Amino acid sequence: MTDIEPDETVDARGAACPGPLMDLIGQIRDAEAGDVVRLLSDTDQSLTDVPEWAEEAGNELLAVEEFDDHNAFYVERS
Amino acid sequence: MTEHVVIVGGGTGGTVLANDLADRLDAELDAGDVRITLVNDGPDHVYKPVWLYVPFGQREPDDGRRPLDELVDDAVDLRIDRVSEIDTEAQRLRFDGTAPAVDYDYLVLATGSTLEPERIPGLVDGGYDYYSEVGSTALRDELLEFTEGHLVLSVIGTPHMCPAAPLEFVFMADDWLRERGLREDVDITYTYPIQRVHGNPHIAEWARPIMDDRGIEVETFFNAESIDPEAKTITSMEGTELDYDLLVTIPPHGGIDLIEEAGLGDNGWVDVDKHTLEAQAVDNVYALGDTADTGVPNAGSVAHYQAGVVGQRLASEVRGRPPTATYDGKTLCFIETGMDAASFVEFDYENQPSPAPPSEKLHWSKLAYNDSYWLTARGLL
Ligand SMILES: Cc1cc2nc3c(=O)[nH]c(=O)nc-3n(C[C@H](O)[C@H](O)[C@H](O)COP(=O)(O)OP(=O)(O)OC[C@H]3O[C@@H](n4cnc5c(N)ncnc54)[C@H](O)[C@@H]3O)c2cc1C
Repeated sequence: MTDIEPDETVDARGAACPGPLMDLIGQIRDAEAGDVVRLLSDTDQSLTDVPEWAEEAGNELLAVEEFDDHNAFYVERS
Repeated sequence: MTEHVVIVGGGTGGTVLANDLADRLDAELDAGDVRITLVNDGPDHVYKPVWLYVPFGQREPDDGRRPLDELVDDAVDLRIDRVSEIDTEAQRLRFDGTAPAVDYDYLVLATGSTLEPERIPGLVDGGYDYYSEVGSTALRDELLEFTEGHLVLSVIGTPHMCPAAPLEFVFMADDWLRERGLREDVDITYTYPIQRVHGNPHIAEWARPIMDDRGIEVETFFNAESIDPEAKTITSMEGTELDYDLLVTIPPHGGIDLIEEAGLGDNGWVDVDKHTLEAQAVDNVYALGDTADTGVPNAGSVAHYQAGVVGQRLASEVRGRPPTATYDGKTLCFIETGMDAASFVEFDYENQPSPAPPSEKLHWSKLAYNDSYWLTARGLL
């Protein structure tokens, strides 16, 4: 568990790939520098997609929480 | 008691549904058990796929317009007004201006996608598009003058209408410029938001080698942040800057605001059960086509299939029987790979697409489908 307080949460559970990554990008687009966005996704693809994009875009992936049926990604807008 | 079914949006989904219901509920309409109203904010039905061909001089915008009253069954009440508020508690719609409110027993939202270029600084002045009637004619005029330089096609908004259309545009531009002997003087770059050239991995895997073969440069993980129309540059959130001479984009898309205001979903997309197409938030409301958030492509074929499902479900409801028809995610799409060849894909929630080898026959099938579209809208095909 993490105690990071997200500024925004995107619940992309149920969205087919690449929905969750697109949804995260959309939310980060509207976020201010320093804001933390939490993405909830139940596709395994997000485990590779999200870190790859965060690195490419220079945003920090602060934490990944793994739950039984989904994962939560905390990304900070640089 | 007369049940009132109100459909908002006279585009592909709404028009096919209105005609489907007029046919299906023929007896109930005659008996006065049901009334069907189709509301659209303009007198014409607009068929958007035509716009892909306008920049290349192959179609005129008027080819994609017909008066709704020529397409819609006489048993349907057609109302030309813009809905300004959806009150799901009172089951009432309000309109712009002084038009009287309308009560519904069943509401179907088929309000499609709206372009939101103003969300990207510089885009309104710096970019062209073929996702609107005016955009497609402005791009045609610009393309006719364009004989050398860097053509950049940037996919900005997702979800956007017709996920295949950005690929089609670069394939067609490549071929069109070759035919005119200009390709050597024009560089083409295609940018996409994620790590591949298309959202669907199977279509991306198929398209990428064709792009490489045809010398179409690719920038992935490119999410346009701003455009400088003076300097002619486009910069991504990932920090890449591209110079362009002609910028064509797929602008950000959204649904209409009143959907969010009514608490039906975010960004104007209605949260629906992806099988029944019923709104998650309230009863007696369906959504179909682009505005229904099912995760499948925003495509006319999808709106068409979904209209059949909603038509069957509403007919059951009106007859007092439990509705059983469901949507299985069926999507069908022709993909132009040049000026005289096309591929074809078909998929659903369970089955992935496998693009057919491009052929001239498939290209003519796409054009034939577009021309016979008016029979589809009428509910005949
Ligand atoms: C360039 C291009 C090429 C395309 N090519 C293809 C293709 O080859 N194959 C394919 O399957 N799809 C294609 N599409 C996608 C297809 O056109 C759309 O997915 C389809 O039109 C969606 O249908 P719809 O009924 O959801 O919405 P639309 O057809 O967009 O209709 C929505 C209607 O609602 C009306 N409306 C909106 N708000 C209100 C309001 N408040 N009050 C009253 N009326 C309102 C609008 O005016 C419009 O008439 C293409 C799209 C584009 C832009």
